[in-house]
Amino acid sequence: MIAHLPALQVIIPLVSAPLCALLPAGRAVWLAAMTASWLAFLIAVLLLDRVLAHGPISYLMGGWPVPWGIEYRVDALNAFVLLIVAAIGAVVITFGREIVERRIRLPESKQSWFYTAYMLCLTGLLGITITGDAFNVFVFLEISSLSSYVLISIGRDRRALTAAYQYLIMGTIGATFILIGIGLLYVMTGTLNMGDLAARIPAVADTRTVHAAFAFLTVGVGLKLALFPLHLWLPNAYAYAPSVVTAFLAATATKVAIYVLLRFFFTIFGSEFSFETMELDRVLLPLALVGIFSASVVAIFQTNVKRMLAYSSVAQIGYMILGISLVSVTGLTASISHLFNHALMKGTLFMALGCVSFRVGAAKLDRMAGVGRTMPWTMGAFVIGGLSLIGVPLTAGFVSKWFLVVGALEKGWWPVAVLVLVTSLLAVIYVWRVVEVAYFKPAPEGQAPREAPLALLVPTWALALANLYFGLDTSLNAGVARLAAQGLLGVGQ
Amino acid sequence: MAILGLYNYWIFIILMMCGFYVVISSGNLVKKLVGLNIFQTSVFILYISMGKIIGGTAPIIVDKAVVYSNPMPHVLILTAIVVGIATTSLGLALVVRINEAYGTIEEDEIHAQDREEAL
Repeated sequence: MIAHLPALQVIIPLVSAPLCALLPAGRAVWLAAMTASWLAFLIAVLLLDRVLAHGPISYLMGGWPVPWGIEYRVDALNAFVLLIVAAIGAVVITFGREIVERRIRLPESKQSWFYTAYMLCLTGLLGITITGDAFNVFVFLEISSLSSYVLISIGRDRRALTAAYQYLIMGTIGATFILIGIGLLYVMTGTLNMGDLAARIPAVADTRTVHAAFAFLTVGVGLKLALFPLHLWLPNAYAYAPSVVTAFLAATATKVAIYVLLRFFFTIFGSEFSFETMELDRVLLPLALVGIFSASVVAIFQTNVKRMLAYSSVAQIGYMILGISLVSVTGLTASISHLFNHALMKGTLFMALGCVSFRVGAAKLDRMAGVGRTMPWTMGAFVIGGLSLIGVPLTAGFVSKWFLVVGALEKGWWPVAVLVLVTSLLAVIYVWRVVEVAYFKPAPEGQAPREAPLALLVPTWALALANLYFGLDTSLNAGVARLAAQGLLGVGQ
Repeated sequence: MAILGLYNYWIFIILMMCGFYVVISSGNLVKKLVGLNIFQTSVFILYISMGKIIGGTAPIIVDKAVVYSNPMPHVLILTAIVVGIATTSLGLALVVRINEAYGTIEEDEIHAQDREEAL
C-alpha cells in the first residue's frame, strides 16, 4: 500500500469524481468528496514525510520501465506543492457545503455535479504536480482547466459565464502553446520523461527548435499562471466564481502553474540554459516588477472586494516570479515558500469573504459596512489573512517577504528590495480600505447580518490560525522550501 | 526542395496563425471557438507529421517492412484530440448559456450590457 502512495494520490480523487456524480445532492455527496480530499491530504503528508526521510520517490505507472511508461516522481519540491494543493482542497471542500447549497446557480438536483467538477479539478492539479512525464503534465493540465471553467461558470452573477468563457479561450491557448513546446522537445530528444529530457537537451540545446520550444513553453505557462501582462482572465474569473471556487483556485491553480514553470526551466532545461543562454530572468524580472506594482495599484481602486483580492493575487504572483528571476537559492526559497504562504493567506481571505457574502449577499465594499461588529469572527479571520498578505512579522506572509528582500540584497539589487517594501505598503492600503468599512462605518439601518454559521467559520479559522502558526514555526514553509530550492539549483544540501 | 520537404510544417504554421488570428480578431463568441479549433487542429498536424518517417510503414510487424513510422506522437495526439473536443463542447455550452443570459453572442454588446449594469 505504502509503495503505491504516488498513484493513490491521483487515483483517489479521480475515482471519487464519478462517484460524486452518482450520489444524490446533500450530505452524502459532500461526505464522499470530503473523505476523498482528506485522504489525498493524508497521502500528501505521508509522501512528504517519506521524501524528507529517504529522498526522491520514483513510481512506475503499471510497472512499465521508464522510457516507455509514465513515471511519477516525487522530490522535495513537488511533495511540498502536493501538500499545499491537497491541504487547501480538503479545507475548502469542508467549508463548501453551505455555500454550494445556497449560493451557487445550480438547481438542487444538479448540485452533485459541483463536487464532480471540484474533485476532477483537484485530480488535475495533483496530477500535474506529481507526474514525471511532460505530456502527462498537459493531460492533467487540461483536466484541471476544463473542470475549473465549469466551476467558475456556476457563479450567481451572469458575468461568471463570460469570465469562464474568457478563461476558456486564454487557458486553451496557453495549454496548446505548452503542447507545441512539448512536441518540439519530443522531436529533438525522442523522449517525454522529464529526467530523460534533462539528460538529452544539452546535446541539442543550441538549435532553433529547442529555442522555439522554450519560447512556447514560457508563454504557455505564463498564461496559465497569470504572469503580467497575460493575467487578463484572472480578475473576472476570481471575482464572479462562487467563493468556494475562488478560494480553491486562488490558493492552488496558479501555484501549480508556478510549479510547472520551475519544473520546466530548472529541472528540464536546467538553470544554465534558461537563465544564462536564454536569459529568461531579463524578461521575468521587469514583468514581475511591473506586475507587482500595477496590480497592487489597481487593487486599491476596486469596489468589489473579491476583485480587489484577485488583483492582489496577480501582484503576489509577481513576487513569486521575482524570486525565480533572482536565480539564487534564497530567491527560489522565497518563491517556493510564498507558494505555501500565499495559499494560506488567500485561502483565508477568500473564505472569510465567502462567509461575508453568505450573510450579506455580495462581496461589495459598500455592503460590508459594519460587518466587523456584527460578524466579529469572520472579520477577525479576514484581518489575520490581511496582515499575512501585507507581510507583518509573526505571520506566514512575513517569511517569504523576508527571503525575497534578503535575496534581492544578496544580489545588490537594493531598488528591488525597496520596491518589495513599498508595494507591501500598497497592500496595507487596500486591506485597510476593507477594515475601515467593516469596523468604522455604521451598518445601514435595518441590516444586521448575523455571524456566519460554524460550518463556515471553523475551516476559515483553521487556515487563519495556520497563517499565525507558520509565521512562528518556519521549518515547513522555509525549511522544506530551501531544500526544494537547493534541489532545483543542484547545489549541495 | 528543403521548403517543399517541410510542407506539413508550413501548413501547421499557416493554420496555427489563421486560427490564432480569428480567436483574437473576431468579436463573435462562436467564431472565436472556430478559430480556437483551427488553432488546436494545426497542432495535431504538427504531431502527426513528426511521427512520419519517409518510406516507413504502419508500426505492425509484417514481412518485408524495415522502416516503421513512430506511433508515439499519433497516440499522444489522440489524447489531445479528445481534449480539443471537450474544450469545444464546453465552450459551446458556455456560449448557449451566455446567449440565454445576455440575448447576444457578440462580445461588444455583452460588454455594453455589463457596463450599463455597472452604472
